[in-house]
Amino acid sequence: MTVYLLCFILFLTGLYGVITRRNLIKIAISLSVMEFSTFLFLALVGYREGGVAPIVDTADPVKTYVDPLPQALVLTAIVIGLATTAMLMAVIIRIYRKYGTFDIREIKNLRG
Amino acid sequence: MMNPLIPLLVAIPLAGAFLTMIVGRFITGIPRYMALTTLLATAFISFWLLLAGEASPSVYIAGGWEPVNGVPIGIHLVHDGFSGLVLCIISLIGLLSVIYSISYMAWYTSENFFYALFCLMIAGMNGVVLSGDIFNIFVFLEISAISSYALVAFGVEKNELEATLKYQVLGAVASFMILFAITFIYWSAKTLNIADIRSAFSTGDRGSHYVLIQVLLLTGFGLKAAIIPFHAWLPDAHSSAPSPISAMLSGVLIKAVGIYVIIRLFFNMFVITEGMSVLIATLGALSMAAGVFLAIGQWDIKRLLAYHSISQMGYVIMSAGIGMTLMARGIRPDVAALAITGGIFHMVNHAAFKGLLFLNAGAIEYSVGTRDLHEMGGLAKSMPVTSATSFAASLSISGIPPFNGFFSKLIIIVAAVMGRFYLLAALAALVSIITLASFMKFQRYAFYNREPDNIRKEIKEVPAPMLLSMITLAVVCLLLSLLALPGVRDSVLTPATEILMDQMKYSSQITGI
Repeated sequence: MTVYLLCFILFLTGLYGVITRRNLIKIAISLSVMEFSTFLFLALVGYREGGVAPIVDTADPVKTYVDPLPQALVLTAIVIGLATTAMLMAVIIRIYRKYGTFDIREIKNLRG
Repeated sequence: MMNPLIPLLVAIPLAGAFLTMIVGRFITGIPRYMALTTLLATAFISFWLLLAGEASPSVYIAGGWEPVNGVPIGIHLVHDGFSGLVLCIISLIGLLSVIYSISYMAWYTSENFFYALFCLMIAGMNGVVLSGDIFNIFVFLEISAISSYALVAFGVEKNELEATLKYQVLGAVASFMILFAITFIYWSAKTLNIADIRSAFSTGDRGSHYVLIQVLLLTGFGLKAAIIPFHAWLPDAHSSAPSPISAMLSGVLIKAVGIYVIIRLFFNMFVITEGMSVLIATLGALSMAAGVFLAIGQWDIKRLLAYHSISQMGYVIMSAGIGMTLMARGIRPDVAALAITGGIFHMVNHAAFKGLLFLNAGAIEYSVGTRDLHEMGGLAKSMPVTSATSFAASLSISGIPPFNGFFSKLIIIVAAVMGRFYLLAALAALVSIITLASFMKFQRYAFYNREPDNIRKEIKEVPAPMLLSMITLAVVCLLLSLLALPGVRDSVLTPATEILMDQMKYSSQITGI
């Protein structure tokens, strides 16, 4: 149970960072923290106590296997997360060129 | 029955996107026609499936992984009455936006990137709507989200970049909440197929985190759909994007990845509980009222339209919430069906008139060069077609007969009164009147006021492709009123309502094949 709670705390840490940080790069890092806490949770859900990699062994039918599906999901989600992060970084670099700052308080052309 | 046409709806735009990138590198001028062909093919297939398809849902299992012992293991693509309707509006608005872009995007460079991203966004939305599997909803959601982030930033100026940053940070938070909720669902239901999750939730112990899952999903998709407490990104993103993209974002994207998924999941995946239904109806009513009050003070045309999108989406969410509440209480199923029909009808109508209004705003920006209502006036003489079509769309959004908006709002208000939600009915009527006032202002300042003296430039009507899209959508706005007729309604709207109303039909038909 503790490990799930730690995972949730990691998620909330990321969310806290997204809300409170002023630097765009730090916001991007906080988003990555949120992202990886979710991946960690997904991998934990598939874990079985004493389980081994899910390659079915006919000689030993009582062996416990970990659930392979969440692992496949994590791989897909990591690829998506990579695309999101790359896109966000590209936008942040463009913003730095236009505004000359990473401070989110200075970037406020749009109002209301 | 496997229907081989279903995967084409995702495959064609996906192939179109990548081919556009490759071919557009060598031959300039061809990407627009490739995107046009792609969208024509998608539109043809989606209308064919809606009109010629059987009433029951048809399923395609990717890779042919048949269910084992009644447990679905493959990726299901499901086409039923509700998703068919949403697919049709995606491809119709998409097609008209591409036609419009042929002239409009001449302002911008990198034509092949624009059309490739456009096709990718369509592929993502079609995938979200067709997917019968909650993890694939997430994957396709991200495909459409990433391409829409790039499209919002297409101008790469200060405003566009700021808007896309807000959109992207909030969108990423929403995505992780959705993924978190999906993990919880897999934990408690041990499956990812929506129909199978439904049977797991309705029979066994739902687990202590059932409410947490619902709240996480409502927050995540609420952020994507810009329901009121989560709406901060929408006015910026929708007003900064190029106009055909604004029409797609406001007209289609927030419905396909937000409203559609919320309705689908809360009706067909979760067992409806009264608390959650009341929460959804309240959020809807809140967006409806707050959106219109925020809109009324706006002078930027596209920002005004963007706030109205929040308000009109509130109508859809509210009527879905009314339907859910009545179903949870187990009373008046006829009124619940009426409310849900009204919601779906309004969603279809909103795609038509809001798409048209954004195209009008783009036409004004194209000819006059500004989006500020203070700096324009007297455009009715110089731009007669834009003026006439935007008049039709304004009447339609404010609910004046014989345009489509009137009938859907009428159905929603009647359903609210019959279900004894008098406060919500009064609020819906009041919001409709304020919407009318706000669009009177738009019409008057843009088209009928005296021209401001400082404009000396000759203002011309926009080129033919843009006119074609706007006139087609205005005709669609009129024709959609026909959906209110009993005969037409039974064949188009009723299947969509039935699949949502019938508690066990969706899951039994998909797991029991």
